[in-house]
Amino acid sequence: MSEAEITRAITFTVNGAVTDMHVEERFSLADMLRHCLALTGTHLGCEHGVCGACTVLVDGEAIRSCLMLAVQVDGSDVTTIEGLADEDGRLNRLQQAFSDHHGLQCGFCTPGILMTLSAFLADNPAPDEGHLREALSGNICRCTGYQGIVDAVMDVVAAPAAKAGQ
Amino acid sequence: MKAAAFRYHRADSLAEAGEMLTSLDNARLLSGGQSLMAMMNLRYVIVDHLIDLNPVSELAGISHHDDHFQVGAMTRQRCFLDDDAVAAHSPIFREALGYVGHLQTRNRGTVGGSLAHMDPAAELLGLAALTDADITLSGPNGSRQVAIAEFPQAYMTPDIKVDEILTAVRFNRWPAGHGWDFREFAQRHGDFAVVGVGCLLTLDAAGAIDRAAVVLIGVADGPLRLPAVEAMLLGMLPNADLFRAAGEAARHPEITGDALVTADYRRQLAAVMVRRSLTNAHQRAVQAMNQEHHHV
Repeated sequence: MSEAEITRAITFTVNGAVTDMHVEERFSLADMLRHCLALTGTHLGCEHGVCGACTVLVDGEAIRSCLMLAVQVDGSDVTTIEGLADEDGRLNRLQQAFSDHHGLQCGFCTPGILMTLSAFLADNPAPDEGHLREALSGNICRCTGYQGIVDAVMDVVAAPAAKAGQ
Repeated sequence: MKAAAFRYHRADSLAEAGEMLTSLDNARLLSGGQSLMAMMNLRYVIVDHLIDLNPVSELAGISHHDDHFQVGAMTRQRCFLDDDAVAAHSPIFREALGYVGHLQTRNRGTVGGSLAHMDPAAELLGLAALTDADITLSGPNGSRQVAIAEFPQAYMTPDIKVDEILTAVRFNRWPAGHGWDFREFAQRHGDFAVVGVGCLLTLDAAGAIDRAAVVLIGVADGPLRLPAVEAMLLGMLPNADLFRAAGEAARHPEITGDALVTADYRRQLAAVMVRRSLTNAHQRAVQAMNQEHHHV
């Protein structure tokens, strides 16, 4: 193989913005988000699909962005951690609950956990704790702060919908 | 780490993927990427060409028939798990597929990719072995079927030739009212199983076992069916002693150790888990029979 960069044109949506770019064929989705778009909230821990830190949404589904190629999101809708808060920077309910319940310590795993839970709660609005913990099993927190994370989610699940946006 | 440089090729049809596979040197097929991309990132696998099967929609989907169901290779594990028809006639699939990786990896990971990767702990290989599945491979000279018993050649080496593409798997259905159980022991949920057990059984009108299938995963190069255990169950009225003896008979000589656990430890786990698995499968079969009587 030559060392020359081989790129491919792709068009996709990221956090609501239509994006056209030429991306190196060998780039992972995570590397493209971080290095080409400066969306550095997506973190890379293991780069082999185990830790879950790089989780983003592609067409609404949580996936490992270290195991998907950037060229594969051509035509897709991508949401990253930067897409969760309001445009004015106000945290969404889940993010606020993480803050309220000390659901993060060092914070490295937090973006991946929030993206996993965003997709999970969209599919399962009222999970029990066991189901939630199973959904969290694909995200590793080495501060071992799972209790605060679970508390935060169960609070969001228990809160009446009317409180949304407060 | 990052994958070594490669060229990316998007296949839009099975025929196009086949042509690429024949014409490109040192090429690999990319399905869900949940194992291959990890191995490429670790540089265990270095390829010159990657042929992406994800756009090949003709390879995705599940078709249901009276005695079997056929699953396209590019069917996502998540779609397979969520399929209500499969869960209704073959409930062991939903129980087992819940152990496949995590929800993020099941969203991308495919049925065919898992079979072709042939990790010893792959739940899908266990399910294939349990249901005497046939795997369809497409090559330059047409397609061929391989029985799951003949599919594993060696560690992580399935019977797939370099110019062949795994296109589908046909799982055989068990009759309504069968009992089932799938369980794993792993250090954490979603980790590769130290031992996994699956079993299916049916009871005759008198309550004796008239058909049984038992498989272990994660213990040998491929899924390990236990014909000796199955044979000792046939014609027997189930009780705790029978299932204890069946568990003891599951201490198979081919069960191996690895860097983390010894073979003896795995055999002990297999004995306990086969006993518990058969016990639960039997309870479910009894429940299913009682429900049928209730309906009549």
